[in-house]
Amino acid sequence: MMNFDYVRPASVADAIAAGSEKGASYLASGTNLLDLMKGGVSRPSRLVDVTRLPGLDRIEHLADGSLRIGALVRNADLAHDAEFARNYPAVAEALLSGASAQLRNAATVGGNLMQRTRCAYFYDAGSACNRRWPGAGCDALKGENRLHAVLGWSEGCIATHPSDFCVPLVALDAIVEIEGKGGRRELPLEALHRLPGETPERETALERGDLIVALRLPSEAQGFARHARYIKVRERTSYAFAVVSAAAALRIVDGKIREARLALGGVAAKPWRAREAEQVLAGAAPDAAAYREAARAALAGAKPSGDNAFKIELAQRILVRALTLAAAGTPDRIPALPGSPFSSVAGA
Amino acid sequence: MTVELSLTRDPAHIRHGSNIGQPMTRTDGVLKVTGKARYAADNHPPGMVYAVIATSCIARGRVTALDVAAARRHPGVIDVMTPAHKPELAEDPDAKGNPFAFRMELLQSDEVRYANQAVAVVIAETLEAATEGAALLSPRYQVEIARVGLDAGEAYAPPVVGIGNPAEVRHGDIDAGMAAAAKLTDSTYQTPAQYHNAMEPHAIVAVWDGDRLFIDTPSQGMGFAQMRIAGLFGIPPANIHINSPFLGGGFGSKGLISGPQVLGIMAAKLIGRPVKLVLRRSQMYGPVGHRPPTRQRIRIGTDESGALTVINHEARVTTSSFDDFYEPAADASHTLYASPAIRTAHEAVRVDTGTPLFMRAPGEATGSIVLESAIDEAAFACGIDPLEFRLKNYAEVEPTTGKPFSSKALRQCYAKAAERFGWAGRPLQPKQMRDENGFLVGWGVGTATFPAIMFQGNARAVIRADGKGVMETGAHDMGQGAWTALAQISADSLGLDFDQLTFRSGSSDLPDAGIAGGSGHTATVGAAIHNAGAAVIAKLAELATSDQRSPLFGAGNAGVVARAGRLHRRDDDARSEGYADILARAGLAEVDATGSGAADAAAQSQYAMHAHGAVFAEVKVDPELGQIRATRLVGAFAAGRIINPLMVQSQLYGGMIWGLSFALHEEAVMDHRSGRILNANLAEYHVPVNADVPPMDVITVDEHDPHVNPLGIKGVGEIGITGSAGAVANAVFHATGIRVRNFPIKIEEIVMGLS
Ligand SMILES: Cc1cc2nc3c(=O)[nH]c(=O)nc-3n(C[C@H](O)[C@H](O)[C@H](O)COP(=O)(O)OP(=O)(O)OC[C@H]3O[C@@H](n4cnc5c(N)ncnc54)[C@H](O)[C@@H]3O)c2cc1C
Ligand code: SF4
Repeated sequence: MMNFDYVRPASVADAIAAGSEKGASYLASGTNLLDLMKGGVSRPSRLVDVTRLPGLDRIEHLADGSLRIGALVRNADLAHDAEFARNYPAVAEALLSGASAQLRNAATVGGNLMQRTRCAYFYDAGSACNRRWPGAGCDALKGENRLHAVLGWSEGCIATHPSDFCVPLVALDAIVEIEGKGGRRELPLEALHRLPGETPERETALERGDLIVALRLPSEAQGFARHARYIKVRERTSYAFAVVSAAAALRIVDGKIREARLALGGVAAKPWRAREAEQVLAGAAPDAAAYREAARAALAGAKPSGDNAFKIELAQRILVRALTLAAAGTPDRIPALPGSPFSSVAGA
Repeated sequence: MTVELSLTRDPAHIRHGSNIGQPMTRTDGVLKVTGKARYAADNHPPGMVYAVIATSCIARGRVTALDVAAARRHPGVIDVMTPAHKPELAEDPDAKGNPFAFRMELLQSDEVRYANQAVAVVIAETLEAATEGAALLSPRYQVEIARVGLDAGEAYAPPVVGIGNPAEVRHGDIDAGMAAAAKLTDSTYQTPAQYHNAMEPHAIVAVWDGDRLFIDTPSQGMGFAQMRIAGLFGIPPANIHINSPFLGGGFGSKGLISGPQVLGIMAAKLIGRPVKLVLRRSQMYGPVGHRPPTRQRIRIGTDESGALTVINHEARVTTSSFDDFYEPAADASHTLYASPAIRTAHEAVRVDTGTPLFMRAPGEATGSIVLESAIDEAAFACGIDPLEFRLKNYAEVEPTTGKPFSSKALRQCYAKAAERFGWAGRPLQPKQMRDENGFLVGWGVGTATFPAIMFQGNARAVIRADGKGVMETGAHDMGQGAWTALAQISADSLGLDFDQLTFRSGSSDLPDAGIAGGSGHTATVGAAIHNAGAAVIAKLAELATSDQRSPLFGAGNAGVVARAGRLHRRDDDARSEGYADILARAGLAEVDATGSGAADAAAQSQYAMHAHGAVFAEVKVDPELGQIRATRLVGAFAAGRIINPLMVQSQLYGGMIWGLSFALHEEAVMDHRSGRILNANLAEYHVPVNADVPPMDVITVDEHDPHVNPLGIKGVGEIGITGSAGAVANAVFHATGIRVRNFPIKIEEIVMGLS
């Protein structure tokens, strides 16, 4: 791979200064970035290693009842934190459904949010890709695209965001804390990833030098703990990205759905919050008819971007399944096959 | 340069009496789990530098420019090997000296014949510098439209398929068979391109010393490799010393030396220093062979009783634009089912890929999944249980040749595996079974078969003055356990306890053991060892029985047996003499003898020789989401004499997992416009992970086969794939009622089929 500078700043301020320079890229555990560098897809001239930055590897309970997760907390550590798993079971299940044990041990919260699409044409330096090379065209559009987006895509890019973690997070209104040249700001996670539109190369709302320092789950997020699931259909039982996935979280009061939170993964360039479907469910009885109507509403705007019409049907069925299982109650323990349909029945 | 390996000889490995049949653990196991087993790329001779291949990203056309200057400017880069700057070769790499000399790209021109083809090699002091140098070459191309897939061009009848098999075989009257059919199933299946993906990528460390060449490289066929390299570089084969003690898997891709390995040798020659070249994972998707995609139409006719009237199996396969290898997919229909009329035929299409080659069960795997699925369709059409249907059409003699089988315990395989699985009571109709959680459950069966093949191999046996023995053979351990199983045969052949034996292998300086392929290595080399051992024991016996001072005097050669380092008179066991004493009295430091193993042509002309098996699979399918999971696999196999049950079980497990992979996971995805492979990595090229592998049961059924070879060995390396793939696919049908004819079975077919 090309020669590059490697710096390991001692403070967030130094990191931002280094990360703001042209050609710089933050390096967390590198499970995504190093692959991209080896493939010649990313060619940063400077790596700013953030993994030793102080204070970003903590899980903190804030006074207002929200939870703050440092950007350097490892995916596995977060998922295996017993209190976290109890309060945010769908998030823990999503984390554990992703990648492999080895990758989860390394991967960080910030890196997971910022991981790039798995579109094969994006990874193949020989293909045209608007994300890699604005204006080059999109070889996925008429190519092998059975796993590409069905929601929010444009002719410019039909890629999906691959993160499992982000799907329940966006359902639970997670907030991203960012430090940048202009100081600290925050953003709903829902606004972090952008739909491609005319500018697919602008994947997120981060500006040059922006560093994600933490993720926050608001206090209400815990209110869904008793009825929350993440279900992921994939092409093997483990260690595969989602074909389609769904997070469902419910607050059920007196046998009626008081509030529903729904999001889909593997369908769009961002974790897809299904607000129309949530509205359908608000106040409804938790039954199959309501779930089906909600699922239809969630996919009402979907259209195939290629050989992937089946994902529209599959997404609806996964939503129905996730809702059914969430309503049945969160299992006491995260299932042995997290997120798998085969472990979904009564949390077996 | 044979290295002495510290192979395990601890008490667990020492036993008296016969070693064959014992479940010994691997003698190289400790070396492997402690990281001391030295694979090719682990070598680092003094002065060694690194070579990295620059590969083409187009599938067809020419390289019009390479920025050699930019690569050379990069710090650490020593040289850039290109068509314009490379060592002369003595032989055209496109010459076709023999059918096994497959054409390779050694920078002989600027032509690009497939994606991932080598277009230059950068040599540098470090791997990083060579890698970046290769990137800096930024090739420019004149691109031609790539020919991709089974419909890329005009199909033609290949001259032969596999290794010299006729492209079309007819047995009986096909038209009459069709006419006699009360029911005729007619279906077309597709199987995808697959790539070997051994854990260890192809690697070579090459050192020239004048016109002698020393190489460390994983090889399943050192003798073949020597010949090819000798031809290319114009040196005698004996000048080439190949060291290949361990392979991290080969599966056929290391059977013949590949272009990239030869490029490493050329790079070392070009700069006059030792060179290491290791392929990146993505670079293995092109120059080292693959299993080509197939489209197979199969028609099966049955009469009123469910007896077969005809099997007509046609396959279309792809081969490269520049060479000929034809996956003999339809040949799978030759041996298994008793049909009065059988036709198999192949046609081929040229595409812009590397040349397809042998990949674990080449032809058998692609053909078996289709044949077993089609047999399942025929059974279903007749309303007969698929196991009963197979028994009804059981071949008592090989259908296409009429030859009796040298041995065939397939009936016992069906019975034992069916019983273990609990097949009885399976509903005939699909979509009848659910588990307690509501998942659809399906059961499927497939028959496994693989020919008992032998190549030509040699061994040398020595009994030393101290009474201990040595067996030498340039065999290949691909992970299957040759170090152990062949040593077991060696100890028995020499009448020695296991700890009294030095077993040398894995080097071309030892007697040529032939190719480790076709599941024939243990049979071939085992026979060579057996014969070498017998020959050296005969020499010892000759010494003893003709010496008046020996207690064995006068016993005659046939009158002694070798056991635990002594010869005993057959008629009087108490009269015996130790090997050391015999040699001491004769004043000899050692006696040695060679032996060879090869197929017995006379027996082959009389008998059909195959291993067989029966595999039963259970799958569960999510009734709405369509996700499939195999939950049980039971296989019973009859494969002649079992040398080491532990190794055999591992081979069969591994094969059955490949079968599962074939049915549900594995596929190289190719862009239909560019001909580039889009998932040339282990994240996206799916093979089963642990969570996909169900509990498995392997049963071996005893088979005494006096005809295949002196030890009665058939192969076990490939048969596990056959039968298993079809069993899984049939179980999916039984669970869902959906017959997917495009492998691997994809979720959309099930999701949309279930709605
Ligand atoms: C084989 C394989 C399978 C996988 N399967 C799954 C799966 O099933 N589901 C799933 O969800 N994921 C999967 N992943 C992706 C995995 O989750 C990510 O690679 C991982 O989360 C990235 O974390 P990291 O710390 O290694 O990030 P890095 O690779 O270090 O960084 C990734 C990107 O994020 C940027 N970045 C990192 N930290 C910050 C920060 N604090 N602020 C701003 N930018 C930052 C980097 O600059 C880089 O662009 C898989 C990965 C692999 C290799
Ligand atoms: S879908 Fe997006 S990421 Fe993929 S090739 Fe097209 S532009 Fe690039």
